[in-house]
Amino acid sequence: MSTDNLPGVPEEPVARLGMFGVTDSGDTSGYGRLVVRRPPRLSTPKPYGGYFDDVADGLERVTGDAYADIVERVVVDRGELTIHVARGRLLEVMRHLRDDLALRFELSLGVSGVHYPEETGVELRAVYHLCSITHNRRVRVEVSCPDADPHIPSTVSVYPTHDWHERETYDFFGIVFDGHPALTRIEMPDDWEGHPQRKDYPLGGIPVEYRGATIPAPDQRRSYA
Amino acid sequence: MTAIHDGETAHAEQDATEGKVYSVNGQDWDEVVGAVAESSEERLVINMGPQHPSTHGVLRLVLTLDGENVTEARVGIGYLHTGIEKNMEFRTWTQGVTFVTRMDYLSPIFNEAAYCMAVEKLLGITDRVPLRAQTIRVMMMELNRISSHLVAIATFGLELGATTPMLFGFRERELVLDLFEYITGLRMNMAYVRPGGVSVDLPAGAVDKIGEFLKIMPGRIKEMRKLLDENPAYTRRTKDVAYLDLTGCMALGITGPMVRAAGLPWDLRKSQPYSGYETYDFDVPTETSCDVYGRYLVRVAEMEESLKIISQCLDRLSGSELKGKPVMIEDKKIGWPSQLALGPDGLGNSPDHIAHIMSSSMEALIHHFKLVTEGFRVPAGQVYVPVESPRGELGAHVVSDGGTRPFRVHFRDPSFTNLQAVPATCEGGMIADVIAAVASIDPVMGGVDR
Repeated sequence: MSTDNLPGVPEEPVARLGMFGVTDSGDTSGYGRLVVRRPPRLSTPKPYGGYFDDVADGLERVTGDAYADIVERVVVDRGELTIHVARGRLLEVMRHLRDDLALRFELSLGVSGVHYPEETGVELRAVYHLCSITHNRRVRVEVSCPDADPHIPSTVSVYPTHDWHERETYDFFGIVFDGHPALTRIEMPDDWEGHPQRKDYPLGGIPVEYRGATIPAPDQRRSYA
Repeated sequence: MTAIHDGETAHAEQDATEGKVYSVNGQDWDEVVGAVAESSEERLVINMGPQHPSTHGVLRLVLTLDGENVTEARVGIGYLHTGIEKNMEFRTWTQGVTFVTRMDYLSPIFNEAAYCMAVEKLLGITDRVPLRAQTIRVMMMELNRISSHLVAIATFGLELGATTPMLFGFRERELVLDLFEYITGLRMNMAYVRPGGVSVDLPAGAVDKIGEFLKIMPGRIKEMRKLLDENPAYTRRTKDVAYLDLTGCMALGITGPMVRAAGLPWDLRKSQPYSGYETYDFDVPTETSCDVYGRYLVRVAEMEESLKIISQCLDRLSGSELKGKPVMIEDKKIGWPSQLALGPDGLGNSPDHIAHIMSSSMEALIHHFKLVTEGFRVPAGQVYVPVESPRGELGAHVVSDGGTRPFRVHFRDPSFTNLQAVPATCEGGMIADVIAAVASIDPVMGGVDR
């Protein structure tokens, strides 16, 4: 069978089998052998287009030979530039991004966390959104760390605004920002157990009864994802 | 020595490791002061909040005082954390709107717009959102900016001891909320903006009502200005108070009226326009005083600029180019086929649509059912979409794994970041100025804690 006319198979791992998230009983929907794979991991080759090249080249110029070690991959998606940075080199990258005259990302919009439990070794991500007022540009810096070793260097010394944002990301994802002046919980109570925004942390909730019918808790409802 | 508000017995003194602890139950401040005066300690740590009326909701401030001077200010948040971001991961993309609208409850339209624009960017349909929907969004956002700034100024006046600005501010805000109710059916938390457009077109008579509002409002803003602009009691409480210059703003990530009061005309509506803001004629007001008074002036001037934008929106909406045009994307896989209609029992699905799906087209019924229960899929990826909310840059970081539900939604709420300025603006000042400083940040705890 020729596969020329078929779309490329996205890379492993498998996102889901069958339909409706049914795992406990036989799926009679006819979708039982449906295999949906995760979308491929994106990596954009040069040139990136627009000012993205200026940012990447600027970073390459200030980091020199170390650029290949520092920048794991660059993704240009939906008109946004994401630079994936090795976590050990985050601090120097941030400092260059802020201080270099050609880069000059003087405003940080904070840290956001994402948990990808299926991506072994890079489950936890800290995502930094930076903005340059001088050049009117934006860039996103993404750093990953494994679940088993959830440590990322703190960037409060470069961007003081990250103080609360890193505390929030620690609170919700359990990422430990080494070097943070006071890494404590910020939204959840101090004695809370677990990190609620992680995918392995249940949503909770109770079934609701309405006019004789019972609606299960939101995380127990049929899922189409 | 610590004074705490929630002691069981009045002025029960107890020795704790950190010093003497006083329980304050209200009306007994003199006794505490007397007891403190007798003691040899010079440092007093007091707990302001989380229910202090001057803290805009449940904000907790831990202040270390030396006399009346604040030597250390610490901020405690999290009392209004409701897990909105987590909850959204278990709902469809469209349902997400009803959650984000409840984050910063004084500017719900901005939350909805930021989220919907992020979803549209992920779907790649930003350019296909109808122009009429874009214009309605802009108009609603500017109306919302006025109502939000009115609350900021109203509570501000009240906290500094002036009741009239509070009454005026809330009276004027009511005008905007009435418009919201007329257009969307709800005064707050409207869930009006949807991915692909807005939920329902302007009802008949809305343009006239907004026109009336535009006639009344400039006079009302003038009244507010008359009350406060030159009021010596007000200016002495606000001028040169809570100073934060541009360097401090940049380091702390402060945006919005605070950074514009420090002299930087940074407004995303101008610098990185969205929803067609580049086609409107308006100015970005700035001040260079870096203080509470400057932030007040910026807010009042922004209300006047918003009125300009609203009037331009009205002209366009009633013009031949946009009149009667759709307000939802013409993509049957995203935009719901049902249009809302006003029936005897309130706003609901239009009877025409019900008749169509229930009695004439099985395919339409299936399509409607799939779209409502399952929702649409959004291609995998992540985007960050910022909008200029009344408090600064409101950013929606939305991640999709390709499914029918958001994989992760994070809101970069300006109140959250701006509150970090409390120590920088309060330490070294008087305790009375803490109130003015916090009020000038205009934090909304629903947005801070989400």
